[in-house]
Amino acid sequence: MSHFLPEFLQDVLPNIIQIFYLVATGFFIIGIKRLGSPATARSGNQMASLGMLIGVVVTLFDREIIAFEFIIAGLVVGAAIGIFAAKKVQMTAMPEMVAIFNGFGGGASALVAWGEFSRLSPALFDTQSLATTGLSILVGSITFTGSFIAFGKLKGFIGGGRIALPGQNIINLLLTAAALGMVGWFTVDPEHQVVFWTLFGLALLIGVLTVLPIGGADMPVVISLLNSYSGIAASMAGFVLGNNLLIISGALVGAAGLILTNIMCKAMNRTLVNVLFGAFGGLEDSTGPDTGDKTYQQTFADDVAIQCAYASKVVIVPGYGLAVAQAQHTLKEVANILEERNVTVKYGIHPVAGRMPGHMNVLLAEADVPYDQLYDMDEINPDFKSTDVVLIIGANDVVNPAAKTSPGSPIYGMPILNVDEAKRTIVFKRSMSPGYAGIDNDLFYSDKNQMFFGDAKKSLQELATALKELD
Amino acid sequence: MEAFIFNLFIFVLASFVGFELISKVPPTLHTPLMSGANAISGITLIGALIIAGGPDSLYAQWIGFAAIIFATINVVGGFMVTDRMLEMFKKKEEDKQ
Repeated sequence: MSHFLPEFLQDVLPNIIQIFYLVATGFFIIGIKRLGSPATARSGNQMASLGMLIGVVVTLFDREIIAFEFIIAGLVVGAAIGIFAAKKVQMTAMPEMVAIFNGFGGGASALVAWGEFSRLSPALFDTQSLATTGLSILVGSITFTGSFIAFGKLKGFIGGGRIALPGQNIINLLLTAAALGMVGWFTVDPEHQVVFWTLFGLALLIGVLTVLPIGGADMPVVISLLNSYSGIAASMAGFVLGNNLLIISGALVGAAGLILTNIMCKAMNRTLVNVLFGAFGGLEDSTGPDTGDKTYQQTFADDVAIQCAYASKVVIVPGYGLAVAQAQHTLKEVANILEERNVTVKYGIHPVAGRMPGHMNVLLAEADVPYDQLYDMDEINPDFKSTDVVLIIGANDVVNPAAKTSPGSPIYGMPILNVDEAKRTIVFKRSMSPGYAGIDNDLFYSDKNQMFFGDAKKSLQELATALKELD
Repeated sequence: MEAFIFNLFIFVLASFVGFELISKVPPTLHTPLMSGANAISGITLIGALIIAGGPDSLYAQWIGFAAIIFATINVVGGFMVTDRMLEMFKKKEEDKQ
């Protein structure tokens, strides 16, 4: 589009484009900064999208762009798919959506590096550009197939548990080493077709094989890590093209993904190496849960209603089971009735409640729960001592005291919500079956605890009805 | 070599900025942050435009075309879904209105 511009602008055009890229970078940085607080987050996201728009529009003025058929067609098709997906997706399916978008981003970066390499003669590439082309293809392709496998796992197309060949970890390490070797070989001998395609194929395969063995409970970590990879891939593509906007934006996203990965690992008391190379199930205690002679108390809606209605403080601990039962809205209804009776209601959110970082907060926000009622683990834990009733709905492992008391337990050391300090806990659960980690929960047998059996949504509806009948 | 070193400086400094910006985000916003950051990683769209619009080879243009579709899904879908999520985050006072 550069020929539309007056002649005096033509000479300085590359500089003008760079200045606008700098402006776009500023929008990204301020946008991410504003995403850090609930009050400004929406405007932050809008600023970042404005930065993106600026970047795209000024690029169209680049002198290298002369044909627009592919560009227009690609933008229309991509935008249509993106808009459709973003409007249709259910909030419970957010992790899948982020995973698949992420896969497309990573795939695009690999394609950009491949396209740039194939349109120019390899002689025009110096060693550094060749190395970054190889890395961009490697990281982008791993992100692409890895994200699709993560999507399949979250959707349930692929088994959620550990799917692994014997010696899978060694195979993965060898393949990764081989792929890095191919990047090196490609850098030295870029005209060797076999090397190029072997690199591509290996990268796609590594994405599949590294995500396939990872268990469903570890998906938050994987999604964060893949998010980081997609940023790094974009940054590498920026090195190939010599484009600062790509380098900076990719690095910002790469750093964001790494920080979130780290937060997720800490929340589950696992190391990244452990998540990637050892499945949760592998640590399981071989003796199995011993439920033999322990007794628990069962309760029903009317009794729960009375206990909550006359409490001064109730804390709700939601887990993924709540989301599966689509019970967020019913929960909000119960909370409303309690608040009308002047009961203080707070929500205690464990960092790994849900399937990705902060997923539970989004689900509760969808049900119109105000975000200032949601408390992080560290904020809510000192509160339990003065709490009358804790309602634990669809959560299990995150309130299991074994994490603090029994060093042999697979979840030992995982930070948990200290619900056992409250005067009364009530667990909403279908049955006495153990949680995801496959371990028994001593909380259920505590004399301060009562079990309220049934589907979370149905139980909450009963509770709401019982509360309304109290007056 | 000099251009590469210059770019490397930018990459490392931007990573530090990223770490600083994101380490302060409360857990409530982790999902929208990830989804928004994800949309930003679709910036690779800019590279895709240059390849799809370049005159050098039809083969490369097709690759660029695929890259544009992928990246646009990432960018448009990512920003829109993030906005949809953030629209739902309300404070208590607003909630009662």
